[in-house]
Amino acid sequence: MFEYKDFLIETDKFPLNVGPSHPATHGVLRVLVQLDGEVVVNAEPIIGYLHTSMEKYAESRTYHQAETITDRMDYVSAASNNLGYILAVEKLCGVKAPKRAEYVRVILAEFTRISSHLVWLGTHAVDIGALTEFLYCFRERELILDIIETVTGSRMTPSFYRVGGLAMDIHKDFIDKTRNFIKIFPEKVSEYEALLTKNKIWLERTKNLGIISAEDAVNFALTGPSLRGSGLKYDIRKTNPYSSYEDFDFEIPLGDTGDVYDRYFVRIEEMRQSLKIINQAIENIPAGEYLSYDEYPRYVIPPKKRALTTMEGMISLFKYGMEGIKPPKGEAYHSVENPRGELGFYLVSDGSAFPYRMRVRPPSFCNISALCKMTKGHLLADLVAIMGSVDILLGEVDR
Amino acid sequence: MGIEEHLGDNIITTSLDKLVSWGRKWSIWPATFGLACCAIEMMTAASSRYDFDRLGLIFRSSPRQSDLIIVSGRVSYKMAPMVKRIYDQMPNPKWVIAMGDCACSGGLFNVYSIVQGVDRIIPVDVYIPGCPPRPEALIYGIVKLQEKIAKGTIKNEEPPKVLK
Repeated sequence: MFEYKDFLIETDKFPLNVGPSHPATHGVLRVLVQLDGEVVVNAEPIIGYLHTSMEKYAESRTYHQAETITDRMDYVSAASNNLGYILAVEKLCGVKAPKRAEYVRVILAEFTRISSHLVWLGTHAVDIGALTEFLYCFRERELILDIIETVTGSRMTPSFYRVGGLAMDIHKDFIDKTRNFIKIFPEKVSEYEALLTKNKIWLERTKNLGIISAEDAVNFALTGPSLRGSGLKYDIRKTNPYSSYEDFDFEIPLGDTGDVYDRYFVRIEEMRQSLKIINQAIENIPAGEYLSYDEYPRYVIPPKKRALTTMEGMISLFKYGMEGIKPPKGEAYHSVENPRGELGFYLVSDGSAFPYRMRVRPPSFCNISALCKMTKGHLLADLVAIMGSVDILLGEVDR
Repeated sequence: MGIEEHLGDNIITTSLDKLVSWGRKWSIWPATFGLACCAIEMMTAASSRYDFDRLGLIFRSSPRQSDLIIVSGRVSYKMAPMVKRIYDQMPNPKWVIAMGDCACSGGLFNVYSIVQGVDRIIPVDVYIPGCPPRPEALIYGIVKLQEKIAKGTIKNEEPPKVLK
């Protein structure tokens, strides 16, 4: 007798182009989708629409100038990028920043983690249809940007770190504003959750969608919340602590199935954990110098006060300003936990003031490769939800 | 627009000018078109604290429904044809804002892959410097554009044209 499948008619695959200017691609990503009816058979990301040749450009900048380029790479979490870059340069020079600077770096990096997750949550919710969430998230993001602006002087592109410390010391206003933020933020996270976590529509649009198993996640080299959503406990802040992360007590939230909802859940919890880290850091911020000029005068710029009052400080500031620092010959790789995953910087020095080669290991670039696997067999409308949940930033993918 | 041809040059057309410009001024609909860092500041300007809506700016997802394109970020040579195409798809009258240093002049990135200023592809009405400009700067740019629109006339204006 006949079976059901005998009545199905084989049809041609329908190619559909999504992007590069599409409200839900979070930038200029183009996805070439092959459709069978409304089901995605294959989704191939085409990248390069924001190629800025940053790696090449860094070769003609001094080590401190190249830091400003890393700002524009992952522009939602610039301070995290700066941290990765500066730690790589410090590894190259063999410099260690003082404890006070390390704590401030951690605070800023965690602030950008929260702000990045807020941008993600707002835009991801808009993609799925929850428009209110956007206004809620950006309300708190402004508070974070205010704090970052207080200490660094810039909202989105701080470039506040220097080799062996910070550009300047923090002041009381920063600490007061941070304490105020720590006080009000936990209830705001609950507010976001009240809108989404148990919302029937949200659950329908996110549960059991875009599942990626732990094994696949490792094979695709996923990192960050996309990996932890699949239940793998890998966070560089814990496995390879840098910049005094070992001093702080925090947990790594994990998902279990690896679907869109789990990735959402991981990020919401990460915001709470980041706040916990900021709280510990701001309460225990050590006193002392913010630049390790005394230990490593060869690579570290002098503090402003020293430069204006002492002769040798003045000379070295002038020298580092005009020539730039010259690390010894060699190479260094350092990776940090960006909001999107593992961000690594590989630097090669030939002994001059310019990096011979800068290579970036961007988390978004690796995470985007799993898009095809995640979307296969889902509806076209779910493509947007899955794409948003991976949290891709095209500035970082294309560089 | 075609009406002034029947009416001739008189008080009715000039009054109509004012009315139409006033209407256009307070209902600028930008296309949802973001490129890089500045797009995040553009989103911020549309969100709770800065609130674009009070100026009559509502983001439209289709270029065919919008009058303004905010080029927010660096335009690469690979993206340039798309920017031009989106601009061409918008019906007349249309305006362009170059937001940020990269869109104005290439800015920080004087490199092989970046178009050195979006005015090489499409005509720009307002330039907003900054890397990235603050949302206040963007709003100031919008106000400047409104002033420009208010001075406009419907006389000898090209009728809305749709690219085939």
